Amino acid sequence: MRYLPLTPADRTSMLATIGASSIDDLFVDVPAEARLSAPIAGLPMHQSEMAVERHFSNLARKNRAASHHPFFLGAGAYKHHIPASVDHLIQRGEFLTAYTPYQPEIAQGTLQVLFEFQTQVARLFGCDVANASMYDGSTACWEAIGMARRITKRTRALLSAGLHPHYVSVAQTMARFTGDALDVALPELMVETDEARLLAGIDDTTSCVVVQYPDILGRITDLSALAHKAHAHGALLIAVVTEPVALGLIKSPGEMGADIVVGEGQSLGVGLQFGGPYVGLFACKEKFVRQMPGRLCGETVDANGKRGFVLTLSTREQHIRREKATSNICTNAGLCALAFSIHMTLLGERGLRELAALNHARACAAAERLTAIKGVELITPSFFNEFTLKLPKEARPVVRAMAGKAVLGGISLGRLYPGVKALENGLVVAVTEVVSDNDIDALVVALEEALA
Amino acid sequence: MNVINASGWKPEMNAADSEGAPATFTGNRALMLEEPLIFEIGDNETTGVDFEPAPAHSARLNGLLRATPINLPGLSEPQTVRHYTRLSRQNYGIDLGVFPLGSCTMKHNPRLNEKVARMAGFADVHPLAPVETVQGALGVINELAVWLIELTGMHGVAMTPKAGAHGELCGILCIKAALEAKGEGHRKIVLVPESAHGTNPATAAFAGFSIENIPATSEGRIDLAALTARLGPDVAAVMITNPNTCGLFERDLKTISDRVHAAGGFVYCDGANFNAIVGRVRPGDLGVDAMHINLHKTFSTPHGGGGPGSGPVVLSKALAPFGPLPFTERHADGTFTLVEEVTAGDRHPLSIGRMTAFHGQMGMFTRALAYILSHGADGLRQVAEDAVLNANYILRSLEGTLDAPFAGSGPCMHEALFSDSNLAEGFTTLDVAKGLIDEGFHPMTVYFPLVVHGAMLVEPTETESKANLDQFIGALRSVVERAKAGDPALKSAPHFAPRARLDETLAARNPKLVWKDA
Repeated sequence: MRYLPLTPADRTSMLATIGASSIDDLFVDVPAEARLSAPIAGLPMHQSEMAVERHFSNLARKNRAASHHPFFLGAGAYKHHIPASVDHLIQRGEFLTAYTPYQPEIAQGTLQVLFEFQTQVARLFGCDVANASMYDGSTACWEAIGMARRITKRTRALLSAGLHPHYVSVAQTMARFTGDALDVALPELMVETDEARLLAGIDDTTSCVVVQYPDILGRITDLSALAHKAHAHGALLIAVVTEPVALGLIKSPGEMGADIVVGEGQSLGVGLQFGGPYVGLFACKEKFVRQMPGRLCGETVDANGKRGFVLTLSTREQHIRREKATSNICTNAGLCALAFSIHMTLLGERGLRELAALNHARACAAAERLTAIKGVELITPSFFNEFTLKLPKEARPVVRAMAGKAVLGGISLGRLYPGVKALENGLVVAVTEVVSDNDIDALVVALEEALA
Repeated sequence: MNVINASGWKPEMNAADSEGAPATFTGNRALMLEEPLIFEIGDNETTGVDFEPAPAHSARLNGLLRATPINLPGLSEPQTVRHYTRLSRQNYGIDLGVFPLGSCTMKHNPRLNEKVARMAGFADVHPLAPVETVQGALGVINELAVWLIELTGMHGVAMTPKAGAHGELCGILCIKAALEAKGEGHRKIVLVPESAHGTNPATAAFAGFSIENIPATSEGRIDLAALTARLGPDVAAVMITNPNTCGLFERDLKTISDRVHAAGGFVYCDGANFNAIVGRVRPGDLGVDAMHINLHKTFSTPHGGGGPGSGPVVLSKALAPFGPLPFTERHADGTFTLVEEVTAGDRHPLSIGRMTAFHGQMGMFTRALAYILSHGADGLRQVAEDAVLNANYILRSLEGTLDAPFAGSGPCMHEALFSDSNLAEGFTTLDVAKGLIDEGFHPMTVYFPLVVHGAMLVEPTETESKANLDQFIGALRSVVERAKAGDPALKSAPHFAPRARLDETLAARNPKLVWKDA
């Protein structure tokens, strides 16, 4: 019991202080018929550190790690190189083992990081303010839709067909209970997005238009027209960014008029981790700040006049407002926000620009090679680091065949949109800076073989 | 207002502080180091990462090339390491000392758990990789799920919720879906005790329910008679925290469950305090229908300065069919598959759908499972026993010093609750908390639960030694004696922290949420 410092002698003496004759005396309020008299049967007993580590090593070996293979998976989770100092710094015990900074005098480290994080996110997204993070991109997206409802007092949200299907799915789960009406559509394997559908759908009952940028197929489109039309009808434009690295190269949604910009911050500092924990990014125009969900850190001074930081505007939050809160969210993604912020600080403007340029260049090179394969068609002539191919046959078995040869060659649209015939030949390929020329060669060979 | 610029501290900022200690040129005080913002020390051209040059290509950006800078300051690697290391030293953490935040369960975070979570086979795996290539990851999820089901005596578990409040939402949505499926969607009331976490009413309201409060008895438990009287055809559920936030076991929970079920409602249990009872009693045996488990509390995944959490929800047989997608399924041959939208239609048609993209907090699952396997069934039981023993030791050691409103209600569970009722005029719980900071401890939870005036909720957890507890008790006793004696120095505590008391009113009145360049 290496994590339990009390000795048998401690326990005896403490029971005496308490005035209890045995530990069972302290559990007298548990109804007798529900008390467990011994460790639950059928479960293993305690194990050594070495034994536990061995168990996990065995399980880990059954997974194909991204860095061990040619790897082209994206669709909302991206493999980027994380500088070694990021993981070192987030493991400092003062960051790792701190709680939410409710006692700001001894939490200035966390609080200053959050203030820097909020500023980085706001600038990256082209917004005035950002919060201290959300669970992940998908839940941040739903929270933005709810925020738009509170601001506009309308319940009809228009979701772009290019929005990540899991994000749509999360919104649908929630909307079923909140009564929001979601107007959704499936993407089509074509150059054009459904911008025309969205423009036509905006009217005086619309609360918000939700557009992913770049979208699920990798397409990049100017959001200005949507912003303009939405604003003309008193609706909000919500932009969703699942690959923040893109914004090192392309215009931010805020620049194009988005009112709320949310995203998934996993790309910077966090790592794939089979889907979590990730870090939701949430930014908006200043005038909406009191309707934001989640924690906010703000600058202030201490009793000696020194600059310091505190959690603020908490009258929006559940621990103060209870059932009248803007959201039930309590925990944010503190440590992942720290990782994001450290990685962003290491990059800086210049590093992010170079990283984005490298991603785009490698993706362009891969797209050129792959479209040279007979029968393979590029659906998305413009993209950042992810594009969609139309294969001459169903993509899902092709992905499996390539995986069988240790090439993780992309994500089939059949996985993302199960049962949708018109999409089943689609393959989404992400190409980041970690992809080498040899990896691209391996993908070309594997895809040719799988299509042969 | 202080401004730190790239050239360092302005000397006028370094006037001697209220203690009369001499000013320093830098504003530093030996190991207590000031640190400017990255916006004050970095610039747009500095970077700590080298890239190979991008190969020549023609851009395919649809004319959306960024024209204006983002204005993100960069630092070189040594500057970066120093910036964050210096900031980290302004934080208190469980690695530094006792962190007795009631209801938050700040226990030791074993480093083995960090190590296993970082194995490439878990940390570097894509959530949408073909299932044949992630059998070990699915195996971890499944193994943890089995443990959670066995430890709680429940029927199933939803693993995807991202944190406790997200798990609450998942459980409440399952309840709502189950009621609708029975044609009882008209039940709109959720009963919540006054002592509940704020997330409970916020969650129920988010799901479209109306909240009604249930009073507590004078001994700090739910008023069974009042609750029973309120049950009826409009009540959807009760949300109960057990052990409750006064640190007491709700001994009537089984009776409450039976009565709620008889009245057609469901029982949601807030499992934030499962740490106190794991291995000693199973919520499933008390009639609970849904309970979230904060893996970052009971199972020791690090709190990280405010997340990430992880909030799997165990579900009763009545609610399991409504659980969210996706989930893992184990086959007779030992392989795993994922039940996602494509396979759910026939076999899980009542699911509420997705709560989040992907599969939940995998990085927390590996850590929590490592913690569970390290303790085993015997060790987890010992966890609860030591947590409860430590809390009672604090309660009985301090009940003569501080008012302990429910000390007569029997033993406490994992946390001890005190009030500010016997401090000197003008002295508050806040002063006691700030005084504890100077003693080198993180304060307890303050002003929660709301049912006690000036609440101080102390949760030592099982990972504190008796010597640590004795020192904490001595420190708290000393601070309280000062508060009773009206020591004016306590009103301006902390004196030895990186900052004195911060002006929260100013922060809220004039919000500065981002840095603006001068």
